[in-house]
Amino acid sequence: MQFSLSSSPHNRVRRDTGQVMRMVCYACIPGVIAQTYFFGWGTIIQIALAMFTAVVTESAILELRKKNVSRGIRDYSAILTALLLGICLPPLAPWWLVVIGTFFSIAIVKQLYGGLGFNMFNPAMIGYVVLLISFPIAMSAWIPVQSMAQSPYDFIDALSTIFTGYSQSGYSLAQLQLGIDGITQATPLDAVRTGLLSGLTYSETLNANIFSSDWGWSYGWSPVALAYLLGGLFLLGNKVINWHMPISTLAGVVFTAGFLNILSPDQTGSITFHLMSGAVLFGAFFIVTDPVSGSTTDKGRVIFGLMIGFLTVIIRTYGGYPDAIAFAVVIMNIAVPLIDYYTQPRTYGHKS
Amino acid sequence: MTLLTALLIIGSLALIFGAILGYSAIKFKVEADPLVEQIDALLPQTQCGQCGYPGCKPYAQAIADGDEINKCPPGGESTIKHLADLMGVEVKPLDGDHGVEDVKKVAYIREDECIGCTKCIQACPVDAIIGASKQMHTVIIDECTGCDLCVAPCPVDCIDMIPVKTTPQNWQWDLAKGVGDIPIKQVES
Amino acid sequence: MIDAAQVISQLQQGQMFDFPGGVHPPQQKSLANSTPIAQVAEPKHLYIPVKQQIGSQGNVCVQVGDYVAKGQPLTHSNHPFSVPVHASTSGTVVAIAPHPSAHASGLPELTIEIATDGLAKWQLMPLLTDYMQLDKMQLLERICQAGISGMGGAGFPTHIKTNTHKPVECLIINGIECEPYISSDDRIMREHAWQIKQGIDILRHIVEPKHVIIAVEDNKPEAFDAMRTACLEDNGYLVVSLPTKYPAGGERQLIQVLTGAEVPDNGLPIDIGCLMYNVGTCFAIAEAVLHGKPLVERVVTLTGKALNKPQNVWALLGTPVQHLLTHAGYDSTQQKQHKVIMGGPMMGFTVHNEQVPVVKMTNCLLVPERNELPEIEDERPCIRCGLCADACPAGLLPQQLLWYSKAKEYDKAQEYNLDACIECGACAYVCPSEIPLVQYYRQAKSDIRNAAIEKDKSEKARERFETRQARLLADKQAREEKHRLAAEARKKSMENKGSDAKDKIAAALARAKAKRAAAAKTDTDTTQSTPDVSSHNSPSTDSDN
Repeated sequence: MQFSLSSSPHNRVRRDTGQVMRMVCYACIPGVIAQTYFFGWGTIIQIALAMFTAVVTESAILELRKKNVSRGIRDYSAILTALLLGICLPPLAPWWLVVIGTFFSIAIVKQLYGGLGFNMFNPAMIGYVVLLISFPIAMSAWIPVQSMAQSPYDFIDALSTIFTGYSQSGYSLAQLQLGIDGITQATPLDAVRTGLLSGLTYSETLNANIFSSDWGWSYGWSPVALAYLLGGLFLLGNKVINWHMPISTLAGVVFTAGFLNILSPDQTGSITFHLMSGAVLFGAFFIVTDPVSGSTTDKGRVIFGLMIGFLTVIIRTYGGYPDAIAFAVVIMNIAVPLIDYYTQPRTYGHKS
Repeated sequence: MTLLTALLIIGSLALIFGAILGYSAIKFKVEADPLVEQIDALLPQTQCGQCGYPGCKPYAQAIADGDEINKCPPGGESTIKHLADLMGVEVKPLDGDHGVEDVKKVAYIREDECIGCTKCIQACPVDAIIGASKQMHTVIIDECTGCDLCVAPCPVDCIDMIPVKTTPQNWQWDLAKGVGDIPIKQVES
Repeated sequence: MIDAAQVISQLQQGQMFDFPGGVHPPQQKSLANSTPIAQVAEPKHLYIPVKQQIGSQGNVCVQVGDYVAKGQPLTHSNHPFSVPVHASTSGTVVAIAPHPSAHASGLPELTIEIATDGLAKWQLMPLLTDYMQLDKMQLLERICQAGISGMGGAGFPTHIKTNTHKPVECLIINGIECEPYISSDDRIMREHAWQIKQGIDILRHIVEPKHVIIAVEDNKPEAFDAMRTACLEDNGYLVVSLPTKYPAGGERQLIQVLTGAEVPDNGLPIDIGCLMYNVGTCFAIAEAVLHGKPLVERVVTLTGKALNKPQNVWALLGTPVQHLLTHAGYDSTQQKQHKVIMGGPMMGFTVHNEQVPVVKMTNCLLVPERNELPEIEDERPCIRCGLCADACPAGLLPQQLLWYSKAKEYDKAQEYNLDACIECGACAYVCPSEIPLVQYYRQAKSDIRNAAIEKDKSEKARERFETRQARLLADKQAREEKHRLAAEARKKSMENKGSDAKDKIAAALARAKAKRAAAAKTDTDTTQSTPDVSSHNSPSTDSDN
């Protein structure tokens, strides 16, 4: 009797790539729910659009590359990229924005570099950066928290706005952006940035503007950030991600923000402000931890995270854009080979 | 005047840097093996002459003098790759005029047919055949490079080129079916 | 170099070290470890491979048709790296021919086939019960003659390892058995702790360590208790229980856990004062020295859910796999594809067919039912998640190694210390992309090894070629020189005898002239003296012409 042959090890963990990606998707759910609760149905629609585009693009390109399409789709990497990009977009951004962004992420950033595993940049973040640079106005058109919006919108409104630019009741996106006080609502980061640029101090900006002492709690940003933190902890707990990258990213933000804040408290945001606003918590757990484009050694991951945290605060404070996670991640992606090279672990029995 | 000063400064700077460069070129000269030696080290040393030269060293000399790097069938693809690296040229496919890459073989003399003519002994480039006139000859397997040169001179065609056998010691883990991208075949027992 | 006293005091305080990485695969030991080691009926035919250990193979010293007794050596060699193999039971040698080997390649190797006679007639070696009085070399000789090589898996000849002149701080006895499913060491410790202790005593007498450490993983409490009881009265022995983690049983990993020290790259454990033996090897040493029995059988775990009666058995070396499977109630319908793994699920290899024999290194036959172990799937692209690096006990970067192994950039792979890979399989075990990493490393390693051999060979070939060229050139020059000298000599002699020769020519000419003149004269005289000439000259002229 001939026996069938295989190579050791014959046993292995039954958690494959698809499962890992799916778990990251599930971990986004609390954040997405929070985001939807505060900013309306737009986010859900953006995510759905992005996922659809991603699957279509990925299938088409895998087909062109003569790869196994269903197997390629079932690794869920395209869907995760789409989800992350969809989360980052303003809820009521026009449909073509998300389509272009997702197409770029999947087709150019991922597949042109050789597909999953070979992209040197984080696809979602490059997609985001490309959109931000190409369509700055559309990309900064965040809408107010629904409870404080002058004209809250429903699901149909959202669909209509995304596809036609006007809600059912005929409001334009600009009108939907108005807060209850009739002023265009900006994100806290935007507001602080504008305030500082116009000569106000940091605390004046905070007092004068939309945020009272509750760190924007009622403005939706901190609860959303905390919901993503919850998802991140779920990933940590299930060992889908290592602690190195998220923790060091947050540490980078804390150290840099703290240091700058001590130097010039009037000109820079506090640690809590930096942690709670924008995409820091979301980014630290969901973006930075992208394995493909990140560092692969433990020491390297710490350096990678610290540098992202550092760059994020630096760009937020001194750069031209209000938020900076995407830029920081993309910049550090370039440095990964270098970091990896210099942070190789010591091999057993070898001198370091 | 300004023009002159500028010319002077630039000129003298050029002179100084040129001198430094020239000096360091002599001072820090990298002593490398002569090119021919380096090329020879990459060749498989079968001395088979399939390249058209009477041995590996002459071919190494020829490559150093500008001959193509793809004339060595025993070395095959990997030798071409290494030569391309060394010479800083593009990798080329093996030149079919000089033969094709084959499995490793060694010569075997069917001893009861050997008439002891010593023709193969004279043909062997590495002295891997022993024997004397009118005496049976035999191949020292460990020294045979599989160059094939002894086969043609044999008047009674008693030399075979036998592929080197795979043993558990030199087996290359080419397991059967389906482990990833690794080709797999069921090994007959 | 480690310090035994310090290591022991640390261990007594419960201080242990850890090795990086490692994995926790499901243990599955309880399948087979609950029943005592069983005896198996003698198979009709035994297939005893001539080479069963690392090193060189011996020369066969029996012939087809010979009757052999149980324990009779079948091979003999003076090579130090060779140990003999023995007839596992009495019977007749029926063939000495290639047979599928107990190796991942399954390639045929020279094997002695014995038709057993069912009598199991022993030929024992003289007992060495008073070994304390014996010379160490005599004991080493016995260990070698008993055919003992490492039984934990590597199969290194035991007498070579034991014959060390370096000081031994710690003698470490490896009862870890970290591979899932396998319980042969577990059972032998439970049932034969005392004899293992005797084996350790012998080793202790030979290598004189400062201390003996016996390490057992904490998933084998019964074995731990048995060993502790056996070693209770001896102060020089310390039995320790280690947390279960794969591959804690790896030689280098175990040393790291116990002592905190690492075996240097390209070094051996003895370089830092450690010497390690498997418990099975200790048992075999006691058998050889105290009972005169060479290594002819070993404990093999028969396990996996496709067996109806998983258990541990005493298997004669050379027993074909089929015989043991039948004994354990192999139900092939439980398997989608027929598959038998020799060794554990992490490092074992699949055997090619049912005639493959049990050898000295065979500790387990694992016969998984369908879905017991995951199906082999095509690999997916590496997503650089780094789980492999987290799992690697040797501190390597498996994905870099994969990259370079796949691209055949072996220089780079070696720069990333491919050689330090112990092929434990932890990386491939955790890989979410199901990449057979170890398989790639093995191929790369064998390529590198073969390339090194080729390189050596080509180096030698070049030398021979150049020597030959030089010789041919020298021959040619010598020949030319000879010709030149000969020509010169000719020329010289011509010159020397120049006048002489002219004289000769002149003389010859003169003679010829004289002859002609004489002839003319004779012609004129013919008329007068013809009868005289004819009577005297004709016969001779006739004969001359």
